[in-house]
Amino acid sequence: MKIIVAIKQVPERDARIRIDAEGTWIDLQDVEFTLNESDAYALEEALQLKEEHGGEVVVLSAGPERVGKTIREALAKGADRAIHVESDDLAAYDALGVARLLAAAVKDEQADLILTGLQSDDLGLGQTGVILAELLGLPHASLILKIEAAEGGVKVLRELEDGWFQHVELPTPAVLTIQSGNSKLRYATLMGIKKAKTKEVRRVTPLELAAEPEASVVVLERVLLPNKQRTTQILGGSPAEAAAALVEKLRFEVRAL
Amino acid sequence: MSELTSGVLVFLEIKNREISRISWEAMAAAHTLAEGHGLSVDVALVSSPGNPIFETIHGKAPRTVYAIDHPLLHEYTADGFAAAYAQLIEQVNPSYVVFPHTYQVRDFAPCLATRFKQVLISDVTGIETHAGAETAPPTFIRQLLQGKLNAHYRHRGTGPCFLSIQAGAFRADAAEAGATTLATFEPRLDAAKIRTKPGEPFRASAQTVDLGSASILVSVGRGIKEEANLPIVQELATALGAELAASRPICDSGWLPMERQVGSSGQTVAPKVYLAIGISGAIQHLVGMKGSQCIVAINKDENAPIFEVADYGIVGDLFDVVPALTAAVLKAKG
Ligand SMILES: Cc1cc2nc3c(=O)[nH]c(=O)nc-3n(C[C@H](O)[C@H](O)[C@H](O)COP(=O)(O)OP(=O)(O)OC[C@H]3O[C@@H](n4cnc5c(N)ncnc54)[C@H](O)[C@@H]3O)c2cc1C
Ligand SMILES: Nc1ncnc2c1ncn2[C@@H]1O[C@H](COP(=O)(O)O)[C@@H](O)[C@H]1O
Repeated sequence: MKIIVAIKQVPERDARIRIDAEGTWIDLQDVEFTLNESDAYALEEALQLKEEHGGEVVVLSAGPERVGKTIREALAKGADRAIHVESDDLAAYDALGVARLLAAAVKDEQADLILTGLQSDDLGLGQTGVILAELLGLPHASLILKIEAAEGGVKVLRELEDGWFQHVELPTPAVLTIQSGNSKLRYATLMGIKKAKTKEVRRVTPLELAAEPEASVVVLERVLLPNKQRTTQILGGSPAEAAAALVEKLRFEVRAL
Repeated sequence: MSELTSGVLVFLEIKNREISRISWEAMAAAHTLAEGHGLSVDVALVSSPGNPIFETIHGKAPRTVYAIDHPLLHEYTADGFAAAYAQLIEQVNPSYVVFPHTYQVRDFAPCLATRFKQVLISDVTGIETHAGAETAPPTFIRQLLQGKLNAHYRHRGTGPCFLSIQAGAFRADAAEAGATTLATFEPRLDAAKIRTKPGEPFRASAQTVDLGSASILVSVGRGIKEEANLPIVQELATALGAELAASRPICDSGWLPMERQVGSSGQTVAPKVYLAIGISGAIQHLVGMKGSQCIVAINKDENAPIFEVADYGIVGDLFDVVPALTAAVLKAKG
């Protein structure tokens, strides 16, 4: 089975949030980057499928040079090779624009499966994978927890709302967007890290992909810190003082104790 | 191709044989948008026109209600829904297409928008309309970085603008009388073009705890760091006579069973007191507990979004605060 996994590099979860000079994104100075959480699970699914059925796992990422580090980490975990769509200016693309780049980069790969994360932790659009499927003319299923090979395709476990699930069968090639949390993620081994250095990373630019640059239809104009209209009463002091104050509130105002 | 003036087309969803609450909220968002721009609102629902559910449509009256009716839509597939919705959109030719942001919508709406060379503006929490609406298109607000940042988006170009509305962001309108027509829309669908085969929905495990009936919930998140630290919150729960609940990562890790998970993919709860300990307050968690009577947040990050909904907050390290709280509760209870 040949599997492509789209991985995105995103700011660390506890990155300090300061708005940049243009007011359109956060200041990335001193920010640490990491592999998007659901993409890590997508990669894990792909590696497990490969262990079971053989084949190849190719990681695909669009972004500036620093993305190379996240790509190496994926290779160290066991991906076989990588495609890096190099662009310093990905923010100029909307979701359709990014998906067009990814589609152009994989259209000749003849993969059986293309996996993406469900949602990126920074932009949280939750749609790049689904758009990719439409652009490539492939069937898709989203919010997937588990993938099994089946006659002519795959059978997947899909999460529904409120603790419900369903199975969905679909023919391959197909695109699946993977939800976090279903399996235990592996760590890269020392051997893996060593091997990763020699694995192929194909670098392409948007220009080389000739993905028609079309004007964005949706534009992020500016970002703001959420305006705090909160009515939270912050209970200060030492932990013991704050705890005592909270117990007072719970007893006499909320009447819950 | 349409003689109707353009407007806002809202797609509603049915859940548990009713039009879902988030659908009403999407309809309220659509009316906000329509009023700002002098547009009319039409709604659409997949169902046969004879379904009594159409009589339950309330809020501000839409102009037309479309019953999208086809046997191939009896079970949801992305291919079936995207094809049917695309045909209705072509017929109605709206300026805005509005969805509730549900798992089903996330599954097909990005495809649908792509067919119109558009991009869905997903998970919208606010709409600002501007004076001189013809020249100044509205601003759509959505969250970035798991609620730590708000972003203003604008739609450019001529095609319809696709939006999905986040749960709880708009308040459903009060009922108003108005003249509405019910129209049946029969899409042309081909079974051979539906590529996925969905199975029956099922629940994973038998429910053995009923979080819904607990009056106090002590809910723990990733701030607890390790499974071995869980006794800290368990002791607080015992002291309070509370049930233990959790955010998703805790249940994903298997530290607590999934039936204790609160949020969009877990339980929805509304206890008298909800203590969120080491939980950041991502929207998928908030939708499951926002209705609690009193929310207490304990978090070391004063900017954590959970404080947006908390009544009381303690900014501090849970490993100091929680044991102190347990001691204070035990002392108060004598
Ligand atoms: C489709 C979908 C469905 C989802 N469904 C759900 C769902 O049903 N329920 C759910 O909960 N999530 C759900 N999620 C996941 C959700 O988006 C968040 O990722 C999750 O809620 C985060 O959990 P958390 O707050 O425990 O962890 P984090 O976001 O990692 O937050 C940890 C918090 O702990 C604080 N902290 C760390 N150390 C300490 C300390 N020592 N003392 C005090 N505070 C500390 C940090 O400041 C931080 O705020 C879903 C996501 C998606 C995309
Ligand atoms: N720049 C990118 N490079 C590679 N994959 C991406 C990129 N942006 C988004 N994706 C994939 O699409 C998924 C959904 O992202 P989003 O639509 O931004 O929420 C991510 O989890 C990734 O798998």
